Amino acid sequence: MNQNATEEIVKESSMLKQKAMIAENYENLTSAHETGRKVAATFVPGNLNELIMCFDMLNNLPEINAINNGMRKKSGMMVMQAEKMGHSEDVCTYVKADIGSMAKGSIAPNGKPMPPPDLLLLSYTGCFTFMKWFELLRHEYGCETAMLHVPYQGDGVVTENMRQYVVKQLKENIIPAMERVSGVKFDIDRLRENLRRSAQAEDDFVWVMESAKNKRSPIDAYFGGVYYIGPIFTAFRGTEMAVNYYRTLREEIEERIAAGKGPITPDGDMAEEKYRLVVEGPPNWTSFREFWKMFYDEGAVVVASTYTKVGGVYDFGFRHDPDNPLETLADYCLGCYTNRNLRQRTDMLERFVNDYEADGLLINSIKSCNSFSAGQLMLMREIEERTGKPGAFIETDLVDPRYFSAANVKNRLESYFQMIEQKRATAAVA
Amino acid sequence: MSNKTAEQGSTAEIIQRCQALYDDLDFTAAREWKAAEPGRKVVGFMPVYVPCEIIHAAGMLPLGILGGGDQLEVIHGDAYYQSYICRIPRSTIELGITKRLDFVDGMLFPSICDVIRNLSGMWQLMFPDVYTRYFDVPQNYQDDVGGEYFTHELEDLKSGLESVGGKPITDDALRNSIVVYNENRQLVREVYEFRSDHPEQAPSSEVYLLMRAGMVLPVEEHTQMLRDYLGAARREERPLRDNCRIIINGAFCEQPPLNLIKSIEMAGCYIVDDDYMLVNRWLLEDVTVEGDPLTNLALAFLHSSADTAAKYCDSEEEVGKQLLDSVERYEAEGVIFSAASFCDPALLERPMLADKLAEKDIPYITFKYAENSGQMQPIREQAGTFADSIKLWS
Ligand code: SF4
Ligand code: SF4
Repeated sequence: MNQNATEEIVKESSMLKQKAMIAENYENLTSAHETGRKVAATFVPGNLNELIMCFDMLNNLPEINAINNGMRKKSGMMVMQAEKMGHSEDVCTYVKADIGSMAKGSIAPNGKPMPPPDLLLLSYTGCFTFMKWFELLRHEYGCETAMLHVPYQGDGVVTENMRQYVVKQLKENIIPAMERVSGVKFDIDRLRENLRRSAQAEDDFVWVMESAKNKRSPIDAYFGGVYYIGPIFTAFRGTEMAVNYYRTLREEIEERIAAGKGPITPDGDMAEEKYRLVVEGPPNWTSFREFWKMFYDEGAVVVASTYTKVGGVYDFGFRHDPDNPLETLADYCLGCYTNRNLRQRTDMLERFVNDYEADGLLINSIKSCNSFSAGQLMLMREIEERTGKPGAFIETDLVDPRYFSAANVKNRLESYFQMIEQKRATAAVA
Repeated sequence: MSNKTAEQGSTAEIIQRCQALYDDLDFTAAREWKAAEPGRKVVGFMPVYVPCEIIHAAGMLPLGILGGGDQLEVIHGDAYYQSYICRIPRSTIELGITKRLDFVDGMLFPSICDVIRNLSGMWQLMFPDVYTRYFDVPQNYQDDVGGEYFTHELEDLKSGLESVGGKPITDDALRNSIVVYNENRQLVREVYEFRSDHPEQAPSSEVYLLMRAGMVLPVEEHTQMLRDYLGAARREERPLRDNCRIIINGAFCEQPPLNLIKSIEMAGCYIVDDDYMLVNRWLLEDVTVEGDPLTNLALAFLHSSADTAAKYCDSEEEVGKQLLDSVERYEAEGVIFSAASFCDPALLERPMLADKLAEKDIPYITFKYAENSGQMQPIREQAGTFADSIKLWS
């Protein structure tokens, strides 16, 4: 997902592939003016990459830019810049990092200026902030905005009314806006082709994530998972590159399993698997490596995480379906993790703890993010009750370094690992 | 239900009753309404908009839950929320856990933000026997897209309430309820107009309490109360102060303590428009009575509802338009952005609105509060300085 961080860890073939893909994408984005390609800015959850590609448009994801700036330790300044401009200290720091970066000239990781978007494709999926974020960008850029309102699964189901509402918006609002901005006519067969490739990559992606069910997991499904979701959650779903990437990644993981290896970490292969955790909530980006190290140093591996479902939940069978192109896009958007209600999220986490034979649930509660965070304390108690496994709660932020206290997080984690040990000891006696 | 005493009463008497209703965290009035006849049901809802007409047509009492205010001691609620989440969900949880809402048969959580949205899921888990619904509204305002979707959602809500009540809700009942609520809306508008014309006659702290009473009383009774208040306020003479005229924006969900409203007034500001009780003012015009009632409610939402941060604004030109119109219409001299701490919708929207005001040289200040804020001195000072500067420069 991030160029710099990818460079820092031991390079396997899939990593080099991803690095090249990302670099190429940034080159495409930053040369859009010269090449005449149009840029659609959109969000990770509910992103319509297959559709965007039908119009030869490029996909620029502001959250990913914020993450990049977070990992390169630039976001703190940007957040403060936005606060100076009148943005509240209380709101999501992705928004402020984005606005602060605009104020500083929006420089892409390749050092070149990022072009302003030609279309703000607002997929309003599972997060209220998205809506205001793009209103704020529209306020700055004055460019066309196309809104796709994805209703929330309040009752834990997708009704036909919800699905048809999304499909109708695609037909009446989104596709016409994309045709207008790009000058390219919509071709549904092109969309089908893209969707077919998406489904292929999704199969391998799910296989990779489920490999964590192995006892000695070959992957870390949170810190490592962040890299694995990169192509499929961003500008590559539906491309041949993504198909290749996930095929390569799968082969690598197969080899790791055969060799009895654990996950790769920035310091090489992880030595021992002592604790298996499920994690809820996005990671902290400003101290990502330090944060990760606190886990692998203790032998803690994350076997499943909800963050790796924000750009689509594929675990329970959903695949993009080329035979029902618009309906499948609707189902994809409706099914993203943050668009699922608290009961569904609880059920999902319970299932992860059980299916992945985890020792417990750790919640990384993000100050910025009400969509994830509101309700997490209850969610933790529910999981503890349902599974009998201990939960733990830490608090950090996404890209605002002021809210990452390494000492606090470390303390909490240490006590949590002790708690797991105690639970084990008690279970052994019983 | 008529209210003889209030009918003949002074504003003080009416407001005293409203204050008692406001202070009553056990919702005795609603409990009594429910107990008065067997089979009656009460449906709670949170800010900012639900179609009360449908609840009313089912013969049920819509009960607005606007948090616990500054008198509720939150003991359990804090264990459910991190410190960086606003207060209204934790005090609402507190109301639930302490059984103050144990007579409520249904709870509706409108689509206002992710906190209220997630609270709907928590309520489902905590109170599985209560009919709990996240009430989604369209962010697409085309009749055949958002309108159609919303009409279906209203049908779903209607059938949900039919199963709670065990009887069908007829179109005639819905039309009747639309008439009843149109009348209430009319009176609500009149009260606000009157306050703007004569802010000394209808202080905002009174208007606020009057509107809050509408959250717990049957709508007919509230309508009568509004009528009585208007009559009394017109009769009574109160001295006009040299206050400036300001508009409050951003307070549509978690409510400030009453003292905060009083403090703003005491600091030399007449509040000539506000969004405190947007719940009562969501629909800006009457809903059409003839024709299909659910379609009419849906269209009213699409085309004549308040412009607030919880909604998508589909063009840059429309951003802040209602606020600017309101400044002009009510001859306001400044705007106070007053939002609950950690309130995403209000705080994300604020910079855009502030820019629009700045373009027109309309002065503004910003501050945050919590429903249990105790320290009014800083706010009084800020509002006082604002009022002075307006008087000095205008
Ligand atoms: S971090 Fe949370 S609040 Fe911010 S944009 Fe993402 S989902 Fe929304
Ligand atoms: S105060 Fe704001 S953030 Fe809190 S529940 Fe209300 S709208 Fe949501």
